[in-house]
Amino acid sequence: MSTPYQQQPHPQQAPGGPLGTYTSPIAVRRATFGDALASEWTKIRSVRSTMWTLGVLIVLLLGLGLLTGIVVRSSDAHMGDNSVLLLGFYGVLLGTICVITLGVLTIASEYGTGMIRTTLTACPSRGRILAAKSVVFFLLAFVIVTAMTTLVAAIQSALLPDARTPSGGEWLRATVGVGLYIAMLGLLSLAVGALIRHSAGSITIMIGVVLLPLVLALFMFTPSLEGVRNFLLEYSIPSQLSAFYGESISGSGPAGWDPLWIITGITAVALGGAFLSLNSRDV
Amino acid sequence: MIEAVGLTKRYGAKTAVHNLSFQVRPGAVTGFLGPNGSGKSTTMRMILGLDQPTAGHVTIGGHPFRNLPNAPRQVGALLDAKAVHGGRSARNHLLSLAQLSGIPARRVDEVLGVVGLQEVAKRRSKGFSLGMGQRLGIAAALLGDPQVLLFDEPVNGLDPEGILWVRNLMKQLAAEGRTVFVSSHLMSEMALTADHLIVIGRGQLLADMRITDFISHNSADFARVRTPGTDPAQREKLTSALTEAGGQVMPEPDGALRVTGLALPRISDVAHEADVRLWELSPHQASLEEAYMRMTQGAVDYRSTADQKAGLQPAMPPGYAPPQVVPEVPQHGWYAPPPPGQNPYAAAPQQAPVQQPPVQQAPQPQPPAAPPVPQAPAAPAAPTKPEDAR
Repeated sequence: MSTPYQQQPHPQQAPGGPLGTYTSPIAVRRATFGDALASEWTKIRSVRSTMWTLGVLIVLLLGLGLLTGIVVRSSDAHMGDNSVLLLGFYGVLLGTICVITLGVLTIASEYGTGMIRTTLTACPSRGRILAAKSVVFFLLAFVIVTAMTTLVAAIQSALLPDARTPSGGEWLRATVGVGLYIAMLGLLSLAVGALIRHSAGSITIMIGVVLLPLVLALFMFTPSLEGVRNFLLEYSIPSQLSAFYGESISGSGPAGWDPLWIITGITAVALGGAFLSLNSRDV
Repeated sequence: MIEAVGLTKRYGAKTAVHNLSFQVRPGAVTGFLGPNGSGKSTTMRMILGLDQPTAGHVTIGGHPFRNLPNAPRQVGALLDAKAVHGGRSARNHLLSLAQLSGIPARRVDEVLGVVGLQEVAKRRSKGFSLGMGQRLGIAAALLGDPQVLLFDEPVNGLDPEGILWVRNLMKQLAAEGRTVFVSSHLMSEMALTADHLIVIGRGQLLADMRITDFISHNSADFARVRTPGTDPAQREKLTSALTEAGGQVMPEPDGALRVTGLALPRISDVAHEADVRLWELSPHQASLEEAYMRMTQGAVDYRSTADQKAGLQPAMPPGYAPPQVVPEVPQHGWYAPPPPGQNPYAAAPQQAPVQQPPVQQAPQPQPPAAPPVPQAPAAPAAPTKPEDAR
């Protein structure tokens, strides 16, 4: 520095001296990952957006499940070879939007409000924050979706006693499988939210990811795009979701538990990217 | 103890902070001053590891913040009172932070009491006033009972009672042996609170010294003399008499004279000998604000100009004269810099109220050839003097 206002030498302390002389009477203990989980649970349960998104999710799952059950029952349409579980698909498909929104808001709302700076001042470890948010959100979404799909499936079985009785494996896929898949999709949204740092942008991207492949495939008439079209149809998220109900738009797409592994891989990559981004970017 | 060494932050082509080195010591309130956009908040964010410095480093107690063991128990910060999720109640906000830091939940109610927010603890912070938000931010900073505290503009939006409370709180925290680092624009507040000052302008260190030294080095006390406004000749007469007696006289826009280099009794004597009546003879003591303005006048990025409303006003009837605006004296856009070519630190401490300042060669209101800040333009404020804009 070349200004005449240079630092005056201070007589007191050498650089890097002790932190200070004050010692807090409150017992100091190292914060753990469990503390971060408790904190994230407090955060997620104490905002209205959580209540709204989860409330709408429950209404959609229950309402559409009941509605389809009643409609099918009163129309004497034939379920044919399909199990009664398939009727739960419509509610779940619409419910994904709520889960995506909540996943994005879990982290992007901290950027929107500036809360992230307060959070990272209280816990400088980015990885811990991201992991705690992921675990709390995933468990919450998984529990709610699984409980609701199970409840809806039970109601629909009771409403339609004539339909084919599903096997234990089918039950598991249509409840726990769907719960895991939807929660993982929400986790992917959380990772996108951490990368984009903007609620509206991230939600738009995720809804595009869910809907666009199917919409694009609808308009690919040219035979030269046949391959792309089939890929988009088979691997679009609604098709993957339908695979949990033993239904596939075409016969060759992912089946059984395959969609769960696919989305888990994608989410892992996205979360890895989110971690690197959180660690290196300015807040 | 906060220590910054060669701290530099660039955003693209813009350098927000350049080669900043300073230390903040425990047991004192250290004020952090600088014009808008001078890099105060960027520096604070770098101290907290929220922004990565482009070059240099900053440590707290010898560790970079992000490697600090038990960071929230060692450092508390209020960066931005609005950095909370507005949909969460004050208590839940603090509870989540306490849980994150491994602090018992009953501490939350303690700090809510300390900042006086118990009544509204259950209310969502979206509805908080600026002052209540500030109190919530201070509560968050105090949560871990830390040794190092950073406050960015803590008194913004507080009522007088709140300002007094923050002032005493800062002093008390420092007296307990903690390191307290406070940025503020309120000079009068800083003058009452801070023991030590770090001043930056355009991201560079301008001063790092005790507040008393800062004021005496960066200001010149003067006497204001006013002659009867009815008779300009008296004013001319007094000006020449005072100049003859060895004083420097600068006219002020409202007709008063600013005299340096002569003690008050001497000015009175000179006026008496010259047979000039005085309507005012008052000592003007330098304030921190004046010292600060003088130091940073070359480093201000955002300077206001008079609102001309050119072409937007209806035509005035002929003969209409706009009302004369009496300018705020003495702050009218320009402060005499310290004497040129002289190390301000070499000057002996000066006596109040009106002292014999170091010899000034140029009484005319133009900055000397060597302004105190090298990046200062040659005539920093001349085109924006309010009286020019009228």
